[in-house]
Amino acid sequence: MLLKHTTDEIKERNALSVNPAKTCQPIGAMYAALGIHGCLPHSHGSQGCYAYHRSALTRHYKEPVIAATSAFTEGASVFGGQANLLQSIDNIFTVYNPAVIAVHTTCLSETIGDDLPQIINKARTEGKIPEGKYVIHTNTPSYVGSHVTGFSNMTRAMVDYFSEYNGSKNKIVNLIPGFVEPSDMEEMKRLAAAMGIKTIMFPDTSKVLNGPMTGKYKMFPDGGVTIEELKMTGSSIGTIALGPFASGAAAKALDVKCKVRCEILDLPIGLHATDAFIDQLRCMANVNVPDSINFERGQMLDIIADMHQYFYGKRVGLVGDPDQILALAKFLVSIDMQPVYMVTGTPAGKKFEQDLREITAEVPGEVKIKVPGDMFLFHQWIKNEPVDLLIGNTYVKYIARDEDIPFIRHGFPILDRVGHSYFPTVGYRGGMRLLEKILNALLDRKDRDATDIEFELVM
Amino acid sequence: MALPEENNKFEPDEYNPEEMKEEMLLQYPPKVARKRAKQIVINKFGSDGEVGDISPNVRTVPGLIGQRGCCYAGCKGVVLGPTRDIINITHGPIGCGFYSWLTRRNQTDASTTPDNHNFMTYCFSTDMQDEQIIFGGEKKLALAIQEAYDNFHPKAIAVFSTCPVGLIGDDIHTVCRNMKEKLGINVFGFSCEGYKGVSQSAGHHIANNGIFTHVVGTDDTEHDGKYKINLLGEYNIGGDAFEIERIFNKCGITQVSSFSGNSSIDKFANAHVADLNLIMCHRSINYVAEMMETKYGLPWIKINFIGANATAKSLRKIAQYFGDEELIAKVEEVIAEEMPAVKQSIEEVRPRTEGKRAMLFVGGSRAHHYQELFAELGMKTLSAGYEFAHRDDYEGRRVLPDIKVDADSRNIEELDVKPDPLKYNPRKSEAEIAKLAEAGLKMSEYEGMMPDMDSGSMVIDDISQRESELLIESFKPDIYCAGIKEKYTVQKNGIPMKQLHSYDYGGPYAGFKGAVNFYNEIDRMVNSKIWKYLKAPWQAHPELAAAYASD
Repeated sequence: MLLKHTTDEIKERNALSVNPAKTCQPIGAMYAALGIHGCLPHSHGSQGCYAYHRSALTRHYKEPVIAATSAFTEGASVFGGQANLLQSIDNIFTVYNPAVIAVHTTCLSETIGDDLPQIINKARTEGKIPEGKYVIHTNTPSYVGSHVTGFSNMTRAMVDYFSEYNGSKNKIVNLIPGFVEPSDMEEMKRLAAAMGIKTIMFPDTSKVLNGPMTGKYKMFPDGGVTIEELKMTGSSIGTIALGPFASGAAAKALDVKCKVRCEILDLPIGLHATDAFIDQLRCMANVNVPDSINFERGQMLDIIADMHQYFYGKRVGLVGDPDQILALAKFLVSIDMQPVYMVTGTPAGKKFEQDLREITAEVPGEVKIKVPGDMFLFHQWIKNEPVDLLIGNTYVKYIARDEDIPFIRHGFPILDRVGHSYFPTVGYRGGMRLLEKILNALLDRKDRDATDIEFELVM
Repeated sequence: MALPEENNKFEPDEYNPEEMKEEMLLQYPPKVARKRAKQIVINKFGSDGEVGDISPNVRTVPGLIGQRGCCYAGCKGVVLGPTRDIINITHGPIGCGFYSWLTRRNQTDASTTPDNHNFMTYCFSTDMQDEQIIFGGEKKLALAIQEAYDNFHPKAIAVFSTCPVGLIGDDIHTVCRNMKEKLGINVFGFSCEGYKGVSQSAGHHIANNGIFTHVVGTDDTEHDGKYKINLLGEYNIGGDAFEIERIFNKCGITQVSSFSGNSSIDKFANAHVADLNLIMCHRSINYVAEMMETKYGLPWIKINFIGANATAKSLRKIAQYFGDEELIAKVEEVIAEEMPAVKQSIEEVRPRTEGKRAMLFVGGSRAHHYQELFAELGMKTLSAGYEFAHRDDYEGRRVLPDIKVDADSRNIEELDVKPDPLKYNPRKSEAEIAKLAEAGLKMSEYEGMMPDMDSGSMVIDDISQRESELLIESFKPDIYCAGIKEKYTVQKNGIPMKQLHSYDYGGPYAGFKGAVNFYNEIDRMVNSKIWKYLKAPWQAHPELAAAYASD
């Protein structure tokens, strides 16, 4: 047993987090910053922060993840990190020459209260930021929120620093994709393009963190939203933000700053959430939905109809980030599966928990939800009453193995499989992939557990 | 010590280290260039074999993009992480605990301790919130320790401070002391805030101090078994420690404890009853060995089980120390038994690896140790450097008296250790130690990496991303070794990259069987055909085919 000290006896805990279902803000900010073309993310803290974040992102993507650090020592922690950041900015533009440095703070620099706008301003007046180059920042104290909050904050910083209204509206829709995979971002753009809609996606990590093997390393890969595009977001006809927790803040900030109306939707995971996304695109851009998209939708529905018997009534445990959990729960309910246990480590609030309750109101039996919760509690629920399927990040595999439960990897981080960066789970095609994954997990188990007599050829 | 030999001089075509160094420095602002110049050294030997000096263990230049982690990573992640039966609570925001959760591949076998405890698959954190940053986190920490006890009933709990803890002034040591008294189990803390020191290295030292102060020497149980040793600085990545234990068992050597691969806190407590400390990773663990020698009279020698020849040599050193004919004979017997399989593998692989060129930038000992394995494959180490080592790891311990203690190192406590009035027992007399030295076995000696490297090879401390890119572009090594952060950056250039922290999820590479695993792995990597697929047919032959032209 891998988690042999976990028992079914649940004791109240108010201080100790065991097997967390979240990590800290800065890694989300780093991931978002990688979605700007020519950007070098910068961690304003000690070296350990950026080393850990780069390592975690690298393991998840199996791609180069580049970032810099202010490399705080004890002295910097006492006297402030200004000297370090100024030196860092100077060195980065001299040696690596990015288009933009995106600085995020850490618990260290937040606790000592470094004033980032003041330091960046000083760098500019001292001529450390070359003409046409940018340094942007966001505050990401690790002791508030989670990695999702960090992503949200850096995405919002893109609006705060760059978005501007140039006097007339362009027929362009802004897409804020949420803390999703590069493959998902690509798929959202593909769907919009299929409808003939011009979009600006920010951040956009496609072609950054799912790049090709070419024999030539590019420190700043082809992908990412450009500064020019970010400036133009203020003149778009509207913004669609996918996932309120990761994308809502930036969309609202853009509305306030440049009067770009926004619609905040669920992540387009599953049939209905994708319907809502497509429908919103249609209304905002005033276009018709092409047959090619109707066809994809029909294919997805076809799988649901053909294989409904295998989904029906299956109990599912979900661990992940709030935007993902919410969309997945709706999707599972829509195909008559039963999300009975749901945990996110992100402090997503009472309203979020209430939404999950409403989504699962028709699910028979007790539905357990903990916001914020951890995987230790989640595992204890399973010890008390098992489920048929687990969906979560790689750490869930320890529970899956101990309890012998089929398991699908979804979310962050996935450290032991590839695919997530190349194949989406959003949109109708992504939905088909998700359905395939669910079916494979359930039917492989059925095959494994069937007696010789019951073993089926056709399923 | 390797003396300068003409035939050791390394001069492949197009390899001009001086030019390369100049190119590396040219890209930096002058102040940075001056600093880096002292960390990029072309290896050369003086008249009595001494190597040129290098300035490691200094602050990383902000903005340069390097490999280093922090003090917490060295303390909780590296040294204490592999101990399975301590509940390690990270006191801080959630990130640090999360990132150090199972990511270092320390294997462990809980069936070897009677209680079967294994908490390494768990992550424990106080998940500090802004409320604690403002009002202090001591209460939450005390409650977290209580909850850990109530839920898991461990025999020990350790607490690790992250950056904000030191800044807000939580006194974790008092909390630990109080909880120790209350719960009746060992509870101890490490002030290993990430900003301390200049790299992971500070954390190693703090971990050594803590484990020595709170655990070592608390259990005096004597064991049966001959030739009692402790294995220090071996972390059982990919099962290395299991292979080393297999060899020890075969030789009849009794391993009392391991710091800290496949380890149990009970074994730390009892470590002082051994008769010899063996140091594998000098950088991360030499402090414990030094302190055990002072307090208990337990001497140490440097050994290396990476490389078949190095393994054989290390076993002979152990036998020589104990000086027992039976052990000397047994060690020779084991080497004779194990070597044929190794030789057979080398004979098979070496024709395909001979003359290939490697670069190693990793850790505080691996960049040195793994050169042994490459040498056994007939491969040259073109350039190497450590991530967080000190001068003694590069140039040997003879430079220790010359090392200036700077502000960053001074902040790491040096324990004042004295001989234990009851337990101090020098295992060898001074005369015996002198006699062993005369016969070639020097106690407390590590000669460092540079004396083992060829003249003309490049030694680069705390290498930066840009320097690494320049090396790769210009010298096109056949293999490059570092860690996960460098892995895909290197491979995008079409150069195979071997992770020497995680072993790319392979291993073991220690001992005799590990050596064979490594030979096969390197053969696979440097001779792989996949790097020849970079060009599509139409890129290789772009001429238009006219045969199918339409109207």
